[in-house]
Amino acid sequence: MRLRLVPQNTKWDFFSRPLLWLGISTALMIAALVSFSIQGLNLGIDFTGGTTIRTESAQPVVVAEYREALTPLQLGDVSIVEVDDLSFTDDQNVTIIKFQAQAGEEAVSADLIRQVQAQLQTVVPDITFVAVESVGPEVSGELITKAVLAVTLAIAAVLIYIWLRFEWQFALGAVAALVHDVVLTIGVFSELQIKFDLAIIAALLTIVGYSLNDTVVVFDRVRENLRKYKKMELKEVLNISINETLSRTVMTSVTTLLALVSLYVLGGDVIRGFVFAMIWGVIVGTYSSVFIASAVLLKLGVKRDWSKPDNTSGNQFSNVDA
Amino acid sequence: MLQIDGWKRVLILLTCVVGLFLALPNAFYPRVEAHNDAVADLEVGMSGNGLEELAAGWPSWMPSSLVNLGLDLRGGAHLLAEVQVSDVYKARMTATWPEVRDLLREERATIGTIRLQPGPDDELRVKISKPDAIQEAASIVRGLARPVVSLTGAGATDIQVSTEGDTIIVRLSEAERLATDQRTVQQALEIVRRRIDEVGTREPTIQRQGTDRILIQVPGIGSASELKDIIGTTAQLTFHPVVGRVGSADAPAGVGNQNLPSLDEEGVFYTVENAPVVTGEELVDAQPTFDQNGRPAVNFRFNPTGARKFGDYTAENIGSPFAIVLDGEVVSAPTIQSHIPGGSGIITGRFSVEETTNLAVLLRAGALPAELTFLEERTIGPELGQDSIEAGRIACIVAFVGVLVFMFLSYGTFGLFANIALIINVGMIFGLLSVIGATLTLPGIAGIVLTIGMAVDANVLVFERIREELKTSKGPARAIDLGYEKALSAILDANITTFITAVILFAVGSGPVRGFAITLGLGIMTSVFTAIFVTRLMVIIWFERRRPKTIEV
Repeated sequence: MRLRLVPQNTKWDFFSRPLLWLGISTALMIAALVSFSIQGLNLGIDFTGGTTIRTESAQPVVVAEYREALTPLQLGDVSIVEVDDLSFTDDQNVTIIKFQAQAGEEAVSADLIRQVQAQLQTVVPDITFVAVESVGPEVSGELITKAVLAVTLAIAAVLIYIWLRFEWQFALGAVAALVHDVVLTIGVFSELQIKFDLAIIAALLTIVGYSLNDTVVVFDRVRENLRKYKKMELKEVLNISINETLSRTVMTSVTTLLALVSLYVLGGDVIRGFVFAMIWGVIVGTYSSVFIASAVLLKLGVKRDWSKPDNTSGNQFSNVDA
Repeated sequence: MLQIDGWKRVLILLTCVVGLFLALPNAFYPRVEAHNDAVADLEVGMSGNGLEELAAGWPSWMPSSLVNLGLDLRGGAHLLAEVQVSDVYKARMTATWPEVRDLLREERATIGTIRLQPGPDDELRVKISKPDAIQEAASIVRGLARPVVSLTGAGATDIQVSTEGDTIIVRLSEAERLATDQRTVQQALEIVRRRIDEVGTREPTIQRQGTDRILIQVPGIGSASELKDIIGTTAQLTFHPVVGRVGSADAPAGVGNQNLPSLDEEGVFYTVENAPVVTGEELVDAQPTFDQNGRPAVNFRFNPTGARKFGDYTAENIGSPFAIVLDGEVVSAPTIQSHIPGGSGIITGRFSVEETTNLAVLLRAGALPAELTFLEERTIGPELGQDSIEAGRIACIVAFVGVLVFMFLSYGTFGLFANIALIINVGMIFGLLSVIGATLTLPGIAGIVLTIGMAVDANVLVFERIREELKTSKGPARAIDLGYEKALSAILDANITTFITAVILFAVGSGPVRGFAITLGLGIMTSVFTAIFVTRLMVIIWFERRRPKTIEV
């Protein structure tokens, strides 16, 4: 007896209501953009400059006390967040204190950090500072540029690769799905105000990779079926292809999610935001490769007269001997 | 059809065995680490303290490369410093002034008297009293120019002399600035390295980044501020003639002079000449010591040229004070009692024993050619790193077991093959990471977990394809064969696209992001290898043995 997540031989019609899915996605993307433009992202110090201090103490945390201790230093906007995690022991009370880079300072001030630590020690004598991170405004500006560059480069490189391996319509479909995934991820981060730092960029790029992975598998089957069913309508070919690969799509998503969820629950609070981005990306990426990429392909149409002779696996790797 | 040549089988097996063999040291991390440290210590000639015993703790014929743990896992300090290269322009201009002065004075008859004018830090402005002779004066100054010593700057000279009315303006040429920047950063890097080595922490990473930055990573230390005290102090020691003593920094000092605060006495400033008599560069040794009153002090010795300059100066200026200046503060300003020929001296001030020890280290290692400012600072406590490793380990195991069980439930025997391949896969990732000396970071662990999830993808593609081919009832052998053949293009395309993003991440990213890109990239390679070759080999061997009439995937 095998575990089957998807029934055998599905013949679901994924394009019966194309407007519905495209509509939902568009609405979600607009919502994401609205949330982004109103609230903005909760940017970490990697991008804004500033300092975060992770403190640990055996005494229960009273945020107001911490705040009061720091008031005389006039740091501007200070955020103090208590962190809780499964892996903490009972006498492990953790907070993360964040403050901005001080005006007019290009570099990180060691004195200021020392003052902050001294102030906190007067309130909570047993406090320890397990991690201190400071980024100057100059570097943070560069990190933003680099991050945007990385995401753009990745999308462009992939566009070119798919264009070379398939047709330009496929490339556009894949990139539409990618943009969709990236926008929705940024939307979720701005809506839930989860800290957006450098690691999230890595997660975004992984989402790009994962979503593509999914899309390419579907497209690969589309290409094959286009050769196999030369007379069939494009919509039918797409439907067959998606149905045929559905079982694999779901299997892979589930194994990946299984791994990610265990990391989310057990991996500690330091990388939780990062893992959350990936979980979200896997879900959205799976959805978009079925509903967005293929829908765009359907709209654009595909050139059917393949110049290459028909051959069942017909691609340049078919002669690769394993 | 369904077969792999004998030599290929051997090659595949060998690759797996080598990969796992290379990963093996990581399973005994503490022991191998102790072994490696002990071997390194023995090589530099240390002995005793049970070093031999530790070195014997791991057989020498076994591979001993380990996966480096990143700062976020091991704990430690990360600093990004910027070298203020323009500091050097100023120092160069200040040093040029006496030369220019002496040269122009000889021509007083034609160009009249000369006066130093205030101006930007990277310029030297000299006014002459006979403007008609300005071109002559400028050409005399141009005679000071020397060719630039660098590959790109060939043919250019180090200073540029221009005129503006009755003023001669001297500044460093563009080529010389580039060459100077290059030298300054290189020197700063070398000095930072020497200082950290003097303090003796293990395996520091000190790298140049971009044109004027230095990245410093020191694992295992709990606080960056200590490190910054050592690295960030310029330790520029200079000896200046003293012009006078004033009560505030704003008191008029006269051109070519400056007011420097006293280190010990609040509110006291010394007016000293800008150009130093001798600098710390000419020191050969510095040791902590005590002065005749038993106060902590630092004893120093000049090299022969420094000693001669110092000796000549003291011989000519008996009775006048001179200032010992450390990083822009006057440590002391004794009066010269007699000619000091030996070239050694003592710095006294209100120092603690610890401060004199540090100062001696800094003076020995050499002064930084320019000030360092810190752009980024990250300290991760070792406990937090340990917690992260622990959490990552548990998450990895749970993810692993979850995927294994799920694969077995979904694909039965074939799932089992995929599982064995997955275990080999993760082993090989660690083996490769160890061999290339890559650094494992927290996002890197996430990369591995993601690989665990995605590695089965290639197998899933194949198995699903075999299922489909079985439906058209071509017989199991043919179905398996076609399944591999037809799934190949999807596997390659899908993984190449992901690999592209990993490469871009590696190229553009930094620090932890890079660590993630490495594990992701390696994971893609090993998972494709295991899916295309290893699982297939297992399936084929199984098929050859059993020869089943029907198979269920």
